[in-house]
Amino acid sequence: MMAPETNAPLLRISALTKRFGGFTALDNVNVDIRPGERFGLIGPNGSGKTTLINCISGAFRTEAGTVVFRDEDITRLAPHVRTRRGIARSFQIPRPFKSMTVAQNLMVALDFASGTGDFVPAAQRRDTLMSILTRMGLESKADVSATKLSQVELRKMELARAMATHPKLLISDEAMAGLSSSEVDEVLDLLMSLADQGITIIMIEHIMQAVMRFSDRMMCLDAGRIIAIGTPAEVMANQRVQEAYLGT
Amino acid sequence: MSRNSLFFWIGAIVFLAAALLMTQVIGNEYPFFACYVILQFIVLSVSWSILGGYAGYVNFGTSAFFGMGVYTAVFLFKVAGAPLAVQIAAAAAVGALMGFALGLLTMRMQGIFFSIATIALTIVIETSITNWRYIGGAAGIQMQRPPVMAPFNSYVQMLFFVQALLVVLAIGTSRYIQNSWMGHGLQALKDDELAAECTGVPTLRLKLLACVISGALMCAAGAPAAMYLQYADPSSAFNLNYSVTVLAMSLIGGTAHWAGPVVGAILLGTTQQLLTVTISSEINLLVLGVMLVLFVVAAPEGIIGLIRRVRHSRKEGEG
Amino acid sequence: MFSFDLLLDAVVTGVLLGCFYAAVSLGLSLSFGLLDVPHVAHPAFLVMASYGVFFLNERFDIDPLLAGLLITPLLFVFGLGAYRLYYETFEKRGSDAGVRGIAFFFGIAFIIEVLLILQFGVDQQSVTASYIGKAWRIGDMRIPFRLVVAFAVAAALTILLTLYLSRTFMGRAIRAVAQDQEALRLMGANPIRIKQWAFGIATAVLGIAGALLIIVAPVDPTLDRSYIGRTFCVVVMAGLGSMSGTLVAAIILGVAETIVLTLFGASWAPAISFAMLLGILAVRPQGLFGRRS
Repeated sequence: MMAPETNAPLLRISALTKRFGGFTALDNVNVDIRPGERFGLIGPNGSGKTTLINCISGAFRTEAGTVVFRDEDITRLAPHVRTRRGIARSFQIPRPFKSMTVAQNLMVALDFASGTGDFVPAAQRRDTLMSILTRMGLESKADVSATKLSQVELRKMELARAMATHPKLLISDEAMAGLSSSEVDEVLDLLMSLADQGITIIMIEHIMQAVMRFSDRMMCLDAGRIIAIGTPAEVMANQRVQEAYLGT
Repeated sequence: MSRNSLFFWIGAIVFLAAALLMTQVIGNEYPFFACYVILQFIVLSVSWSILGGYAGYVNFGTSAFFGMGVYTAVFLFKVAGAPLAVQIAAAAAVGALMGFALGLLTMRMQGIFFSIATIALTIVIETSITNWRYIGGAAGIQMQRPPVMAPFNSYVQMLFFVQALLVVLAIGTSRYIQNSWMGHGLQALKDDELAAECTGVPTLRLKLLACVISGALMCAAGAPAAMYLQYADPSSAFNLNYSVTVLAMSLIGGTAHWAGPVVGAILLGTTQQLLTVTISSEINLLVLGVMLVLFVVAAPEGIIGLIRRVRHSRKEGEG
Repeated sequence: MFSFDLLLDAVVTGVLLGCFYAAVSLGLSLSFGLLDVPHVAHPAFLVMASYGVFFLNERFDIDPLLAGLLITPLLFVFGLGAYRLYYETFEKRGSDAGVRGIAFFFGIAFIIEVLLILQFGVDQQSVTASYIGKAWRIGDMRIPFRLVVAFAVAAALTILLTLYLSRTFMGRAIRAVAQDQEALRLMGANPIRIKQWAFGIATAVLGIAGALLIIVAPVDPTLDRSYIGRTFCVVVMAGLGSMSGTLVAAIILGVAETIVLTLFGASWAPAISFAMLLGILAVRPQGLFGRRS
């Protein structure tokens, strides 16, 4: 586990509010994410976790509040610009490019968001691509069509594609949902090793053991509001968190 | 230049040389009339496919762009007696502008909304032109061809060769796009626009670019048609049949590759010429509609897709 | 010269015409608004129904509205089959279905158009009935009787359909499936059967609507092209999924069209619905009463 290098937050979310018509999905959310942190985000279904991710990545526009990433206000920026600034996300239900192979999927990320400048020769990009796939355990599937992958392979490719954008912040949205316990461990180890390389990771999960093992800090949302934030032990012991999950 | 590119450009030059040779050797005008129409549809289908095939945005406004090409040529000819080259260049500019406006207006629309908006655009433009007396209004306008230049003996032969040039331009552009970063980005956004955006693809910018290029080429294809027919009227220039025909040609040929629309246009264009002359234009449209539905249901990747599948299974059989 | 009477006449006619547009768009409000089917062939189905009515009226002298009722069950079955085909081919497969789905319906519309031309010719056809040709005189206004009939039937149809969707079990199931297909499946209902039924109803409604179409004005096989604009304009302006909104939106369109017709002449009329559609899509794509998507 790496200690945070500076005191300035990597991501600062201030007074973030998101409404859908009359329904308030996020209500005045304030949180700082430190560089290199392993941050767990939990909450019952419909509490606003994915909405928060969508606001951070730019898929949603917000009614109020700001998102500041590495001291730059990105609140009004389009998603692809935020990706280039270093924010990557995976989707709750994997969204592969189905007409492409695994390698081609990653190539899109390398073409558009690798941040290494415009002219990188094809051979070098192929090398980068293969090294990412190897780290994910997908190197044998490089030239396989994305439609032929198993669930866990799809999840890994989601993460691999996100990694190919060379992010500073990676958001993993329920990457372990529906996987067997050995598959969950696979993905968890992957995320741990990514964190060890210095990438800040926000993990949304329902599998409590995984989140608690992974996180330095955790946050629990309920009905669009933060009801607890702190170390995993503190958050899990919080009575409001227990009520939110078990119901009153 | 890569080996594939070399082969392509050699093929293009051979094609143009053959076209030129045709005009010097064949005296009868009919083959040129027929081939002109087929070449025109190749240009239209290939251009359409840049937005419709690569990006997956089904543009039903081909008729609008084609018609504007016709009327840009008519306008410039009537106002200034402009030569053909200027007419075509101006039409391309108009098409680019139209494509840009279409892209901006429909920026946030997806799927069927975009398609309906393009139909709407066609009708609105057609109605506006119908109400414009200066270029003939609803009744249409007749035009006189200027004298033809050497080395061509007839104006139709020259138009035929001009359209052949446009074919090379359109295919060259489409091929370049397919193999470039733009093509990869369009393919990604066609598969999943949100995922593409979050992977760093500037989807709005790419869509706009595709709209502009596609629009410019489609409009340019329409410009020579004014002189070809020596007559223009809004209901034929803006006829929705162009939209359906080009859609069918591209989907039947296959949209993933630049060669798809070419194959589709040649196949359906030839069928069209045969059927219209031997049976009736209605039967031709019926065959078109039926083939479109059949291919969309049973062979969604078009003829190119079928060929790929056959090759693939043969490879697997051998290996 | 601007005449207040002329304007009033236009507004009244526009309202009546608008109600007619509502009847004609109701089916689309179901199939596209609620079920998300890219049904660009809806106007073609409508024209096809009109020709069915024409056929019965010309051959057997059956009153057009009655003829419309008669072909309703046929259309219902046709709708069931059409949705089945659409579902098996497109909705099941997922990716790229959007492009192909639209192309599919466009192709179907085209085929219907050509078949109608081959069978009935390109000329306009109309029906005969006791209420066509007469007019009501109220003060200085002359209201064609057939428009009043269309208005009454359309209003009845809208009310019936709205009631069906809100009061009956099947109707509420249809609205439920539009909002959350998965939840419905978890409750044991078969969402595909429900959608199929809904599409059948959307097509069945076209029986009466088709009768109204040919009552209000003569039809020709290419009429579906002008009605793509009108029906989609109404459905989008209403907001997807809002039946009552359809009536309001349709009246707005009807009035707009009639006023433009009166002030600027018939040559601008075809563009009105499309221009309004473009405007709504650009400015407020969720329409006036749209549901949460």
